[in-house]
Order: sequence, then structure tokens, then C-alpha cells
Amino acid sequence: MNFSWMAWTLPTVAFFGTIFLLFVGMSIWEYVSPGGNPRFGILRFETTRGDRLFVSLLGSAFIHLAWLGLVGPNLWWALAISVVYAIGVFRFV
Amino acid sequence: MVDAKQTIAATMRELPLEKPADPAQKTQIERRMRRRGTASRFWWLVPALYIIFLMLPIYWLVNMSLKTNSEITGTFSLWPQQPTIRNYMVIFTDASWYSGYINSIIYVVMNTVLSVAVALPAAYAFSRYRFLGDKHLFFWLLTNRMAPPAVFALPFFQLYSAFGLIDTHIAVALAHCLFNVPLAVWILEGFMSGVPKEIDETAYIDGYSFPRFFMKIFMPLIASGIGVAAFFCFMFSWVELLIARTLTTTAAKPIAATMTRTVSASGLDWGVLAAAGVLTLIPGALVIWFVRNYIAKGFALGRV
Amino acid sequence: MNKTWNNKAWFMVLPMLLLVLFSAAIPLMTVVNYSVQDTFGNNVFFWAGTEWYEQILNSRRFWDAMGRNLAFSFIILAIEIPLGILIALNMPRRGWGVPLCLVLMALPLLIPWNVVGTIWQVFGRVDIGLLGRVLEGIGIDYNYVRDPLDAWITVILMDVWHWTSLVVLLCYAGLVSIPDAYYQAARIDGASRFAIFRYIQLPKLRRVLTIAILLRFMDSFMIYTEPFVVTGGGPGNSTTFLSIDLVKMAVGQFDLGPAAAMSIIYFLIVLLLSWIFYTVMTSHEGER
Repeated sequence: MNFSWMAWTLPTVAFFGTIFLLFVGMSIWEYVSPGGNPRFGILRFETTRGDRLFVSLLGSAFIHLAWLGLVGPNLWWALAISVVYAIGVFRFV
Repeated sequence: MVDAKQTIAATMRELPLEKPADPAQKTQIERRMRRRGTASRFWWLVPALYIIFLMLPIYWLVNMSLKTNSEITGTFSLWPQQPTIRNYMVIFTDASWYSGYINSIIYVVMNTVLSVAVALPAAYAFSRYRFLGDKHLFFWLLTNRMAPPAVFALPFFQLYSAFGLIDTHIAVALAHCLFNVPLAVWILEGFMSGVPKEIDETAYIDGYSFPRFFMKIFMPLIASGIGVAAFFCFMFSWVELLIARTLTTTAAKPIAATMTRTVSASGLDWGVLAAAGVLTLIPGALVIWFVRNYIAKGFALGRV
Repeated sequence: MNKTWNNKAWFMVLPMLLLVLFSAAIPLMTVVNYSVQDTFGNNVFFWAGTEWYEQILNSRRFWDAMGRNLAFSFIILAIEIPLGILIALNMPRRGWGVPLCLVLMALPLLIPWNVVGTIWQVFGRVDIGLLGRVLEGIGIDYNYVRDPLDAWITVILMDVWHWTSLVVLLCYAGLVSIPDAYYQAARIDGASRFAIFRYIQLPKLRRVLTIAILLRFMDSFMIYTEPFVVTGGGPGNSTTFLSIDLVKMAVGQFDLGPAAAMSIIYFLIVLLLSWIFYTVMTSHEGER
């Protein structure tokens, strides 16, 4: 069975690896302290930490897209903004 | 009929309104009611007109399928002047046509069985238990309906090539699971949540094992739900073209793909095209006929 | 229903998960890989970085197609949802009319999508179609091949014809599931037809409407086969929706990289809109 057609590259491997590790990390966190810490944040509906991770990831994707569309190809700044955004989401949403 | 003002007053008294209605809103409601009051005797007009609207294009297709090509392009008539079944004969005598129907039916049935079979235990889990990541899993399932199939066609082809499944019925059946399984889980979960949990508990106390309880007691209770889920799986698998066409070449080619090829190859044989179209309606119509009572009754039982 | 916490439930979900993952995850990852590379075929790829994303995000063509898609989804939702509710409200509740209505209404749903396209392509043609001929006969200049507005009307009419029944079926199911006691109570109170709809029927329809709107939004946003068969994206680019553009790019020009980048952006947008909608529609369930 040949999977060379999937055209893996180092950055995409790193990308999916990070996402996978995040899932594993969340599962361990959930196992250690179950319940997901539900609360009502600034979005006015109940979120668990899984929801907060989803909001962070989706928001980061759009931050990166906006940076590419409006500013330029240097994505390290977009990554920095995304990290700040994710911390904000986990803190306040 | 009750006087309009009186009705409004009663409504305002009994039904919990968020805010007292201001005069403008009140007159608006009254006007709407008067309109409804007179229209209600002709309620059947709404579905009747809608069905006529639905049937007109289908009638036109049937009409065309019974005409010769010269009549289709030459004259304009509301019904065939010289009815002919030549177009249907073309399809029934040519293996490249009728095998398309057989292929489509094979993979659609495979897909329906497969989708419902894996969706049943999953839906049971979603309806009865909370577990790690359940809500996110449920939403993730839905996202599988959101990816545009256009670009996924190439990776799909590569993936099924890697497993040597290209041009087999099972390949199409597996690929269609991508959007049918989530739907089946969604529908079945609704029906299962409508069955009280006490039934499960009583059965376990009576000494039923889980598989026996599921087959003997639970499945009959949600039979109509299974019917509805199977109907939707059949429907979406039957109507899909893009993935089915990508994954097949000759041996498992679906009828819909045969149609597109013939249109481009032999110029425009309108009559045969129309006849082929009419024949694609028949399996669907049969399936609806068999599940009609499930749709009417079945949906009602579940919370859908 | 209060559910018990049991992680062994994962074993019941597992077969389903593996089956869907097989067809979902591998192609999705492959598309992401394509989107950062350039290829000339034969599985030879060159690193391109974020070039395609920049190109797509700054192209008029993409935003135009996106605008058309949003407009299309909005228009057909605005027509199909109210129309579907109206028809479901006026459906017969018992007797021979029920199966008849259901069978006839479900028929368009079970027609293969390219056949739907063919039906409307023929039906609307000025030379051999009923609709085209009748409109011409009463003096309306209608030609979906030449006029962008007529092409839009045809495509929207086709979608309404094709999919309103789904909304009707779901709403009808929701309406039938309302116990008779609710209606009796309303009748005793002398509630008007509108009040019954607003305070009894509409709240009960919430769940089925969630399903109907989500399904219709997702499917209309990636509509491909039907408008492609009817108009082929034309006249000009007036009915070139995102999926049609994608296929032109991926198959017609074999620009896999840009097409993959475009479908990722497209997927993210559908994901965002669907998530917002799903969250809004289900966030009240816990309170009730």
C-alpha cells in the first residue's frame, strides 16, 4: 500500500501532529479533572474547555487567513496574535 | 366562529405573552386572523398547488420520453402526438444502460445497510450516555456534510486506489457513508431519546443481555425510526453523482454517470435522456411507497 | 433525560467513528497537504508555502463566487423555510390524503441531482420546454441561457422545487408530534389560529427547523451538480458558485494547490457559520 500520493510535508506533519497532541492533552486533562469546567462566559452560553479549544482553533484559523489576506506572508505575527487570542478565550469565554 | 376581539382577549389572558400587545400589533394580528379565517376553508389549496408545481416538470419529462426526437424538437405539444416506446427499448436492450441501474441499486443498498448498522449502536450511545467528548464528536459528525466534494474527489480516488477498491460497489458504498452515517446517527438519536430509559433498566433487571435486549426489545420500538433513517440514507446515496462517478469506471458505473456520458457523446438524444431520467425516478418512488406510513407515523414518534 | 456518565459508550461509537474517519480524515489531510504545494502531476510536489492562500484571498474571482453563494443560500432559505412551514401547516392530518401528499412531495428528493438539472434544463428551454414556451407565449422575454437574471430565477426555482419538500416533511413530522391536548387547551381558550401557531406550533418546530435549516444551508452552500447541468455557470460567470469554480480549477486547469486552498477556506467558512447557528439553536435546550 502506497501513500506517497498524500504528499506529506514536514510543516503539515507538524501541524497535524500539534492538533493530535492537543486532543490527547485535552483527553488527559479531562481524565484528571472530569466535567470540562462548564461556565457562562462573555459569549452568554455555557462552554466547556473542549468548546473553548474549538473556538480558539477556529478563531486562529481565521486570524491566519486575515493576516494572509490583509498584511502579508509573515505568519509568525499571526501565530502570536492567535496565542494571545487563545489565552483570552480560555480565560474569559 | 368566535368573534375576533373576544378571541384575542382570551389569548392574551391565557397564553403567556412576553409583553402586552400594543394597538398596532393587535390590529395586525386581527387582520392576519381575518385573512386566515376566510382562507382556512381552502387550506387544501396550498398543498394542492404545491404538488401541481412539483409535478409539472416531471410530467414534462415523462411527456418527452414518449416522443420521438423529431417531435420533441420539431413541434410543441402538451402530450405525445405519436406515442412511442422506442426510447425505453433503447435502454432495456443496451447493457451499458441498464447495468447502470443495477450498479446504482447495489451500492445504494450496501450503503444503506452499512450506514444504519454502524449508526444504531452509536446513536444508542449518544442517546443514553454521556462520555468523553460526546458533544464535540456529535458536531464533528455534522461537519462531514460540510466539505465540498468537488476537491475531495481526487484524494478520494487516490485513497480508494491505494486499497485497490476503484470501480467496485463497496468503494462507493463506503464513500457515501461519509455523509449518510452522520445523518443516520442524528435521526436515530432523536428516535431513541423518545424511548423512556426505564424500558432499558427493566429489561436488564429481567436478565436480558445487552445484545438480546437491543435486538428483541429496543429495535422493534424504534422500527419506524430505522425506516426513516434508511429512507434518508437511500435517498442521499441514490441522488449523489460526483463521488460515485469519481470512484467508478465501468464495472460499477452508476446510471447518473451513464447519462452524463451519453449526453455528451451522441449529441443530444433528448428522448433517450428523458426516458433514462424517468427510469431513475422509479426506485425512489418505490422506496417512498414502502416507507410512506413510516414517514407519517415514524417522524411523529421520535422527537426528530 | 438525565444520562449516566459512562466512557465505555465509546466502544459503541467506535465502528461508526472508524468508518467515517476513513473517508473523512485522510482526504481532508491530503487536501491540506495539496494546499501548500504545487504540482504538475505524477505525484511530484513542490513546496509553495502560503502562496495559494494569499492568491485566493486577494482574487476577485473567489470573493465574487463567495458573494453569489451567500446570496443564493440566503434567498433559498428565505423562500424554502417559510414556504415549507406554510405547506406543512396546511397538510391533511389523517385519511387518504396523508400518504398521497407525502409520496408526491417526496418525489423530487429522490431524483438524482443531475437528472434534476436535466429536468429543469429542458423544462426552461425556450424551444422545447413547457416553462420557456409558456412564458414566451404570454410575452415575457425569458431565456436562461442569455440573461443572468433569468438564469438566477431558474436556478432558484429549481432549488425550491427540489428541496422545499424536505422542509415540509420535517415540519410535518414536528407538527404531528404535538399532542392533541395542546390544541384542545388552545381551543378552550379560544386562541386564534395565529396564536396557536406562534405559541404552540412554532416552539415545537424548533428542533426540526434546526435540522432543516442546517441541512439546507450546508447543501446549498456546496451546490454543484444542478446549476452546472442547467447553466454551466453562465451566462458569463453569473451562476458560477464556489463548487463550480473549484471543479473548473481542480479538474479543468489541474491547479490542485489553489483549488485545495480555496476548499479549505470555504470549509472553514461553512464550519464557522454552521457552528454559530448550531450553538444558537441548541443553547436553549439546557434551560428548558
